[in-house]
Amino acid sequence: MRNAITSRRGIVTLAVFAVIASMPVLGPALGQPFYVDVFTRVMIWGIAAVSLNLILGYGGMISFGHAAYLGLAGYTIGIMSDAGIDNGFLQWPVALAVCGLAALVIGAICLRTRGLYFIMITLAFGQMIFFLGVSSDRYGSNDGLPIYSRSEFKLGGAELDLGNGTLFYYVTFVLLLASIYAVYRIVNSRFGMVIRGSKSNEARMNAIGVSTYRYKLTAFVIAGVMCGVAGVLMANFERFVSPDTMDWPQSGEMIFMVVLGGIGSLFGPVLGAAVFLLLSEFLSNIMESKNIIFGPFLILVVLFARGGVNGLLGSRAERRG
Amino acid sequence: MACWGHGRNVVAEPLLSVKGLSKQFGGVVAADDLNLDVLPGEIHAVIGPNGAGKTTMLNLLSGQLKPDRGTIRFAGGDIARLSPAGRSHLGLARSFQITSIFRDFSVLDNVALAIQAHDGHGFRFWRPARGEERLRGPAARVLEQVGLGARSDMLAGNLAHGEQRQLEIAVALATRPRLLLLDEPMAGMGRDASDRMIEFLRSLKGEYAMLLVEHDMDAVFALADRITVLVYGRAIASGTPEEIRADRDVRDAYLGDDEAA
Repeated sequence: MRNAITSRRGIVTLAVFAVIASMPVLGPALGQPFYVDVFTRVMIWGIAAVSLNLILGYGGMISFGHAAYLGLAGYTIGIMSDAGIDNGFLQWPVALAVCGLAALVIGAICLRTRGLYFIMITLAFGQMIFFLGVSSDRYGSNDGLPIYSRSEFKLGGAELDLGNGTLFYYVTFVLLLASIYAVYRIVNSRFGMVIRGSKSNEARMNAIGVSTYRYKLTAFVIAGVMCGVAGVLMANFERFVSPDTMDWPQSGEMIFMVVLGGIGSLFGPVLGAAVFLLLSEFLSNIMESKNIIFGPFLILVVLFARGGVNGLLGSRAERRG
Repeated sequence: MACWGHGRNVVAEPLLSVKGLSKQFGGVVAADDLNLDVLPGEIHAVIGPNGAGKTTMLNLLSGQLKPDRGTIRFAGGDIARLSPAGRSHLGLARSFQITSIFRDFSVLDNVALAIQAHDGHGFRFWRPARGEERLRGPAARVLEQVGLGARSDMLAGNLAHGEQRQLEIAVALATRPRLLLLDEPMAGMGRDASDRMIEFLRSLKGEYAMLLVEHDMDAVFALADRITVLVYGRAIASGTPEEIRADRDVRDAYLGDDEAA
């Protein structure tokens, strides 16, 4: 821990976050103001990937339906806005509660299965929610639901205007840091030790007297709510939500980000989201189908860089260990 | 916290009492009307050839498997339908034949997690568990007790085989059991390491009751107060080490070959 800051990983991670933090100034200064948008997306997906990493990386629960919470939160915002409720103090808690409740139900059922079955059943739930979006004619079905006004945060005379791009950027930045810090505290707490222990050796966990189900379910709900935060931000940023937001490729990309960044590492998912989105931005500028590059890229990462970007930044000895 | 067990029970009633325990896998009878008991503080060894159903018996006792028939009375109640976690809280701990530890945790974390599991407060989300003296202190003491004190910070998966076996016992002891179910604690150990393990288990004698499944006959005869011989899921003999050594059936079925070899 002593040299955590001065290690290569510490320096690179710090540099990435410094770049993110200064982008609203840096982007326009470089004559690339759209970078602010790109990095807003990086942060939003970063929060989503951090939340997935809590259950996937630390808990060993490979959820293939995590994008559902992006959509559920987004639709909650959109539907409330459609009904004339723009108060953020109302919208956000309701959206997060919807995600938490959905995660509770989905988790309660899925966590009774293991391994491949768990992956398949979370995928099935994700697609169920996707089709719920597709079939809701009232809210645009396939075409999606435009959100005409952003969440309003007014308290007395003061107002937090999310329409202000820079302000929105820093709200997102703070929420990203908060979600990383929350995961850091959680995985090192007693609860976190149980979650990591269940990933490491569930039979041993049972034998020392812990029924892991309740713990895993709780983690599943926390991750769902945290991903809901990303969904709320996404809806406010894109001012649009559609079934595509929660289609399974989105869940797959989220897993890709976590793997790319480094499974079970604190900052890895954010690095993964950054590499993924920047690379896909770059590739879509120069070619038709970015997946020709992405597919082999993922295979290479899995084969040669198990720890993802985060792992590559570590020392040689650590990688061997 | 000098005493990990619940003290020597002076009541002569058995701590563990198994009656009519049966388990079939398809056509294979793994436990056949098994009767067995363990008195407080005693070491009861179970021996038998490969495939005799020794590990199945331990799985039935620790809750990994549920029996088809029969009762398992432990500390006064029938636990045959209880989950492994529930049994652990009643004071049943086991070691596995194939080392079962948290390989990617430090040695100290392995034991601290077992302490935590019995400290009753797992739903704490914020305070760093590694800073809690309440968990670290007792965990460090258990590691000293099994002789792994110097290895506390090592990754458990990087320990030598024999040390992993010791850690396996340490994790079991950390749950403050009344009865230890030991599945071949000497498995894969060299002579020296086995001898040290025998010495260590002997030092625990009286403090914990133990049900010991073991192939190493030196260990069994050095440690056991009583021995039960299992063949095809059935107990064919039970008695003191002297009685078992003298039993003709046992010699024919099992011991003879082993001693000749």
